[in-house]
Amino acid sequence: MIESMIIGILEQGFIYGIMAMGVYITYTILDFPDLSVDGTFPLGIAVCFVMISHAMDPWLALLAAFAAGCIAGAFTGIFNVKLRIRNLLCGILTMTALYSVNYGIVGKASDFLGMDSVTIFSMTERFFPGHSALYSKLAVIIVIAIASKFALDWYMRTKSGFLLRSVGDNEGLVITLAKNPGTIKIIGLSIANGLVALAGAVYCQYSRAFNVGSGTGTVVMGLAAVIIGTTVFRKLKFMRVTTGVLLGMIVYKACISIALAAGLRSQDTNFMITVLFIVTLVINEFFVKKKKAGVKRNG
Amino acid sequence: MVELSAVDKTFNQGTIDEKVLFDGFSIKIEQGEFVAVIGSNGSGKTTMLNIISGSAAVDGGKVLLGGTEINGMKDYKRALRIGRVFQAPAMGTCSSMTIWENLSIADNKGRPFGLSFGLNRKRKDFYRSQLEFLGMGLENRLDTLAGALSGGQRQALALIMATLVRPELLLLDEHTAALDPKAADIVMELTDKVVKEKKITSLMVTHNLRYAVEYGTRTIMMHEGKIVLDVSGQERTDTDIDDYLKIFNEISLEKGNSL
Repeated sequence: MIESMIIGILEQGFIYGIMAMGVYITYTILDFPDLSVDGTFPLGIAVCFVMISHAMDPWLALLAAFAAGCIAGAFTGIFNVKLRIRNLLCGILTMTALYSVNYGIVGKASDFLGMDSVTIFSMTERFFPGHSALYSKLAVIIVIAIASKFALDWYMRTKSGFLLRSVGDNEGLVITLAKNPGTIKIIGLSIANGLVALAGAVYCQYSRAFNVGSGTGTVVMGLAAVIIGTTVFRKLKFMRVTTGVLLGMIVYKACISIALAAGLRSQDTNFMITVLFIVTLVINEFFVKKKKAGVKRNG
Repeated sequence: MVELSAVDKTFNQGTIDEKVLFDGFSIKIEQGEFVAVIGSNGSGKTTMLNIISGSAAVDGGKVLLGGTEINGMKDYKRALRIGRVFQAPAMGTCSSMTIWENLSIADNKGRPFGLSFGLNRKRKDFYRSQLEFLGMGLENRLDTLAGALSGGQRQALALIMATLVRPELLLLDEHTAALDPKAADIVMELTDKVVKEKKITSLMVTHNLRYAVEYGTRTIMMHEGKIVLDVSGQERTDTDIDDYLKIFNEISLEKGNSL
């Protein structure tokens, strides 16, 4: 019971952790409250679902979902940069449009993958049958999450990544470097939503189901993980922020699981998520204030 | 080098707050000049820089850079040829990146920002020597976040970053105004060194009369969108601070503007 609960927390933690890294790019690096996430997560599920049910390669399905997420994210960026729509509204527009798009891709509101469909977990399940299949499944998820983390870490250290990091911090600097900050914003939103859709695709193969409404609350979950990751784990200097964000999601999922096990009714979870979210925000605010006060004292 | 020809600029056009700043304003800066611009608040100094850099559009007239009209050119495209240091030290550096990372991106200006490694390891020693030149001890702090530096240190770093890839024109927008007097002197001294060493045509807006007189090759005084004084060469050597102050006070009294 405890064992399966812990495995469940880790599985979901790492899957949603990939999504949270995307939210980290938009919320922390770009300073862009991107709500498209609620639409791009199910977009990843939808793209992956259709490809798997057409017996296509499950790894290719992950890649395709990532690409679809990138395109959706680019739309959010273009709404903001080229059409000059307020950033919060851009995400809402993309999210709303994606509800119809996702429905259209699958053709119905909810569906399950057939028993014979091949997923990324099929091969390891064949090699490790029975009880060990639980662990092999978790291992595959962890490998994908860690690979995404290292890919993102690597990107942040490239020249292009340097520009992405500076655009949220100081748009004027990017202009003086003779680069168009708008283009960089679009690229950032694109990568972020690519990661979110990738997480959706892994979740699709993990849960073997599609539900058009499954994106609701994704962004709040992602934000909670980012805030836990950047405040609670900030003190550990040796650790990269992306690692903190992954761990943040695991902590978050653990909290929810424990609360459910302790008797919280599942219909009350959204309320609890909101409370947890506000608490972390207040703690975050507290830390930021303290930090700023410290800087002033030094200067 | 750079020229504004019969430029018009009106703020809040068509509203009750409409203010005509420039009406047929012209200025020409030659290659190799280091121009210091002084003037009261609202005289159009900063607007002139914004028009050249492209962050403000003109209502009429021409903006020429190296003889070609650049009226419709976007600010980030102009930046390929124009370097700029702002008044706020935070504007010229990225606070969440280290000194080394900041220098690396500035060094890559004009080249593609692709997927190659961002930190420039080959030029680390060169960056050290550039920082040593500042005499602020930053050469041993390459891995310090720019956000952790003092205002003077950040502005000195911003100046190095703006000139690391030599621009054809350097715009200095009251870049010492936010610093304490000692840091301001250091940054001004450093500006002079860099501009002379790299032979960069420069346009400096300043509130400090002494800087406008002591540094540069030409001094311009602006008032309400017009040039009221423009001296260079021998005439400039013969003009001292008191002469500038006299003109400045005359304008101020006449227009009811206070120092």
